[in-house]
Amino acid sequence: MKFLDEYRDPVAARRLLAAIRRQATRTWTLMEVCGGQTHSLLRHGIDAELAGVVELIHGPGCPVCVTPLEAIDFAQQLCLERGVVLASFGDMLRVPGSRGSLLDSRAAGGSVVAVYSPLDAVELARHQSDKQVVFFAVGFETTAPATALAVHQAAKCGLTNFSLLVAHVRVLPAMVAVVSSPDSRVQGFLAAGHVCTITGCEEYTSFVDCHRMPVVVTGFEPVDLLAGIAECVRQLEAGQPRVVNCYARTARRGGNRIAQAMVANVYEACDKPWRGMGVVPRGGLRLRREWKQFDAEHRFGGLKLPVLDDCQCRSGDVLAGRIKPTACSSFGTRCTPDRPLGAPMVSSEGACAAYYRYGGLAVAGAKEMGV
Amino acid sequence: MSEQSPHVHCPVPGTGSGETITLAHGEGGRQLRRLITERILPVLGAKSTCFDDAAILSHDGSDLAFTTDSFVVSPLFFPGGDIGKLAVFGTANDLAVSGARPLWISLALIIEEGLPLATLDRVLTSVAGAAGTIGVAVVTGDTKVVPRGAVDKLFINTAGIGERLSPAPSGPVSLAPGDELIISGSIGRHGVAVMAAREHLDFQPEPASDCACLMPAVEALWAAGVPVKAMRDATRGGVAAVLHEWAAACGHTLVIDEQLVPLGQDVRGVCELLGLDPLHVANEGTMVVAVPAGKAVSAAEALRTASVSSAATAIGQIQPRGVSPVLVGRTLGRRQPLDEPHGAQLPRIC
Repeated sequence: MKFLDEYRDPVAARRLLAAIRRQATRTWTLMEVCGGQTHSLLRHGIDAELAGVVELIHGPGCPVCVTPLEAIDFAQQLCLERGVVLASFGDMLRVPGSRGSLLDSRAAGGSVVAVYSPLDAVELARHQSDKQVVFFAVGFETTAPATALAVHQAAKCGLTNFSLLVAHVRVLPAMVAVVSSPDSRVQGFLAAGHVCTITGCEEYTSFVDCHRMPVVVTGFEPVDLLAGIAECVRQLEAGQPRVVNCYARTARRGGNRIAQAMVANVYEACDKPWRGMGVVPRGGLRLRREWKQFDAEHRFGGLKLPVLDDCQCRSGDVLAGRIKPTACSSFGTRCTPDRPLGAPMVSSEGACAAYYRYGGLAVAGAKEMGV
Repeated sequence: MSEQSPHVHCPVPGTGSGETITLAHGEGGRQLRRLITERILPVLGAKSTCFDDAAILSHDGSDLAFTTDSFVVSPLFFPGGDIGKLAVFGTANDLAVSGARPLWISLALIIEEGLPLATLDRVLTSVAGAAGTIGVAVVTGDTKVVPRGAVDKLFINTAGIGERLSPAPSGPVSLAPGDELIISGSIGRHGVAVMAAREHLDFQPEPASDCACLMPAVEALWAAGVPVKAMRDATRGGVAAVLHEWAAACGHTLVIDEQLVPLGQDVRGVCELLGLDPLHVANEGTMVVAVPAGKAVSAAEALRTASVSSAATAIGQIQPRGVSPVLVGRTLGRRQPLDEPHGAQLPRIC
């Protein structure tokens, strides 16, 4: 199958692994930004293959994981107390808020609908004119163009019963936040290939100039990931950091200008709290003033602060790359995909879920055996 | 824990979580297994063999297999099948993989008020056609009508009785290191077809369900004299659910090679697009078979003589128990744990 077989070719992958091992004169520490990349690295055992040569720190690139607790709680309030039809991407439904997840809300009688596209939510609103429909707009720059289009579509249809609960986040400010932390060990980045398909990679040039570390736009298949890692190691060994695009079949230097224009028309950058990381300056998107009528927070009142209990969840440390999921004492014991303490164990892009699915069971078992 | 704004910490989920049945309990994975072992079996005093596809009952020297299944698929009609065909073949398959020839089934209908009679006619025609194809008689039934909204158009329950073949399979508890695993056909077709139809995802070519009766495949194995240890149709939870159930039953580790599992390009494409693992996707005409060491080649050859299992192939083997109950050999050759299905597979965001 086009682009799958070639980029999963074991021969090509082994060749790249050998090249990385040959080239590295010391252990380098890289961060892959996107949760999809984390899952692929672990699924194919690339992290284990590179043990001792490259350490991979898993970045906060899971938009579901970094959505603030208050946003989930507000979504639950909307569907349970305000009779709203809450439309969401499926991956968001399992994430625990203060009072269970949106799936729990659905089981409790709330109207929660999983959709594949924000335009489906607009259609829902068109067909259920007696109900308010709120779309939970989660995702990085990859998803923002589609939700912006949904706002345009809703306006075109003259809908007064459609709004967005905006939880969009931006990748580059999060990368800045990661390396600005005094305990950061990151020496280079595998940039998120699909985000760059939209944003392009020009904006990383000033990041590289400022922080003097490689940024390599990387895809998701094993050969893509190894090619990105190989390029990072090559630059680090040569001491010549720059921006390189290793995902040119999908991402172009300038990105998708039409999508960028759509986002710029509807949204503006703002400071945003990332769950587990604190406020990331310019790390989120909000609707521009002229589109405020489609803002669910504006329409239904502000977010309430949740009641917080003492927390055993270390998702903040995982998302910022300070610890691996298996270093958390709750991993695989108190915290599993069935009973998650936090989002990274239950999202399909969460690092904890990746470890649990592709290797963590072995670790959890070893923990129980006292190994 | 690092010092951060308390507004971005994540608390332990509230007490509301885990107190009710959720859709995840019905997905054929870990949560369903726990529901059955922790809540259902203890109350009924039933045996742990309740996990088998059929109960084997002895009466006056005869061994009969008895099974039941309920069908709540939406939409009612989908490429490759419909709820009627599914209701007959699903129960027939539970008997077939228990090593029994299906003889009689019951048909219980729960109909939502407002269902067009033409729709009911269409389903019944399909039931009759499917039963006729495999020589099974519908011998008893029941019909209920409930108010609008109480069920989703039409739910069907079928119970089936079959006569045990000889020799009987020894069952998953007998699986031992060295035993070999075979899949009877390409995977993931039913789950993908139903999802695409339900969500109106316009894939070209249109994915079609593998809904079919597995009895010809079972008969081919018996006719060839292949000693079968266990069989299971890989329905909800897919191949992964079967492998985990067998690992729990026998206490060993099941290992398969991802590259050997037949997967159609159409199913592969849909799974890649939505971020689904084909090993977790439901099938309705595909089974996993376990045979003693050295018998996989002859078993696969025998299966390939039946059209429902013409793509049968060996995919793995049983090993002494390691830390993980199920391992999958991935692209680079490494063997990684295969997680048990838990909850519905939800498509990824980006």
